[in-house]
Amino acid sequence: MTFPRIRTSPLFARGLIILLMVVTLLPFLSMLSAALAPSGTYPSGLEWPADPQWGNFAKAWQVANMDELLLSSILIVLGTVPAAVLFATMAGFGLAKLTTPRSAWFYLVFVIGLTLPFEAVITPLYFEIREIGLLNTRGAIILPLIGLYMPFSVFWMRAHFMSIPNDLSEASQLDGARRWQEFWMVQVPLARPAIMSLGILLFLWTWNQFLLPVVLVQEPNRRTMAGALGAFQGQWGTDIPLLCAGSLIILAPTVILFLIFQRQFVAALLQGAVKG
Amino acid sequence: MTHLENATAGAPKAPAPRPAATRRARRRRRDAVMFIGPAFLIYAAFVIVPLGMSVYYSLLRWDGIGPISGATFYGLKNYIEVLTDDDLLQIIGNAFQLAAWFTIPPVVLGLAVASAIRSQMAGRFGTATRTILFLPQVIPLVAAGIAWSWMYDRNGVVNQFLSLIGLESWTRGWLGDFTYALPAVGIIGAWVLLGLCTMLLVTGIARIDGSLYEAAKLDGARPRHEFRFVTLPGLKNEIGICVTVTIIQALSSFDIVYVATAGGPGIETTVPGLEIYRLAFAHRQVGLASALAIVLMILVLACVLPIQWALRERKQ
Repeated sequence: MTFPRIRTSPLFARGLIILLMVVTLLPFLSMLSAALAPSGTYPSGLEWPADPQWGNFAKAWQVANMDELLLSSILIVLGTVPAAVLFATMAGFGLAKLTTPRSAWFYLVFVIGLTLPFEAVITPLYFEIREIGLLNTRGAIILPLIGLYMPFSVFWMRAHFMSIPNDLSEASQLDGARRWQEFWMVQVPLARPAIMSLGILLFLWTWNQFLLPVVLVQEPNRRTMAGALGAFQGQWGTDIPLLCAGSLIILAPTVILFLIFQRQFVAALLQGAVKG
Repeated sequence: MTHLENATAGAPKAPAPRPAATRRARRRRRDAVMFIGPAFLIYAAFVIVPLGMSVYYSLLRWDGIGPISGATFYGLKNYIEVLTDDDLLQIIGNAFQLAAWFTIPPVVLGLAVASAIRSQMAGRFGTATRTILFLPQVIPLVAAGIAWSWMYDRNGVVNQFLSLIGLESWTRGWLGDFTYALPAVGIIGAWVLLGLCTMLLVTGIARIDGSLYEAAKLDGARPRHEFRFVTLPGLKNEIGICVTVTIIQALSSFDIVYVATAGGPGIETTVPGLEIYRLAFAHRQVGLASALAIVLMILVLACVLPIQWALRERKQ
């Protein structure tokens, strides 16, 4: 069914899209122009400085301890994302293939967490983490995040495994060890696209996580990049060129990754919205 | 297949199951526990238990410093305060105003773009569009907040632009203004969500059968009729998804407000998320903070569930 589509008014459409793109880019450009003004001055919104101070980036890198921040964010991502993906893949498989209709309610227990705002549990999490003795460590961010990601991740992986025909996993009546083997050798390789998308989404959410680091970790150097930006703003908020330079550095890693893996990111974000 | 077999095997009407079948069912149950267990345990430990504690705290009057055994039981008084205190009601109202700002501009602009191009964006221009419009989705919300506080600054782009077109009298420090701070924060959220909504709607409209538009044209439909009778019904799912995402983002917003205005001026831009944080950790009113948290959770559900149900019905 391919009817030739009548394009209403390509010029209008293109103009509108270009306008939206300009609006989207404007805040970034404005930050860049401010970041290049002499540190400590009060620059003007969008104005290419006569003498661009690229050194501001080096200075912001240094005062914010960017090496440590990067390392900390990477450690938090490494602690969170693989574990969350693994647990969710297993649980998604279990819920899609191993439960009987009678135990389907179990899946609902996960689903009710889908719309839960993190703020709804942040207060008790603080006391719980304090009790465990993890306050002010990266574990205080990693462990709760894995838990908080479960509703979406399990939902996501279960949806994938539901779409896989049953006879594949039950050609022979598998048990115990063999089921485990089949999961790793057959199911996981087949699920790679779903796992990749989930990994991308969880990476973004972890890297950009702000509430948990702010509440649970005082030390900026043990936070995520986004969490550290809050502290950076508190300290350097009055020095607009430096603040803008620091913010640009902090948002650079995800933007660079996004530009490289543009197709995968867009697909993941769109699917993520549809399924979430 | 075996799902059903096992289900019926366990049902009373079926003939007594053979021992092998029961053993298999038991084994399957054990495997299910093994596969689901880890996810469930960590989910229980860091979501279900804290949620239960939230409910428990919400019934107490506790400063969070002394032992919880020293807290006094407070009944539903915290909830009554959440639902009657003027400031707290304003804060909840702020969240709903933000929801309107987070939702309406992205959906309206997204619909405009989608119905104007009415096809998948292809080629290099399409890729560039997608990439740029998705940038705000990729950066931390905190960075969006900082970028926009600079846009709204006295010296920022917004005022620069107003001066440029001769509206100097309109310039102001937007985020410090009692009237305009909340809309200004709302526009930050709209900016973040614009690309996602636009791309969802563009993808959706490309899926609408082109013959519907042909038929409408043959029936002499005008563009606005086309929009009303072909585009809107065809995009109901996508619009529902956009609205769900934007409402959740608005009601549970924290990051943007925290860095852009810290809730000010006064409490003009304070949202429940920020107030929970403040009540619990600055004002030491853990009970009240928890009651607000539970109310927030219920409000999100009350907004999202009807949309989801409506979508589901339409699918059947």
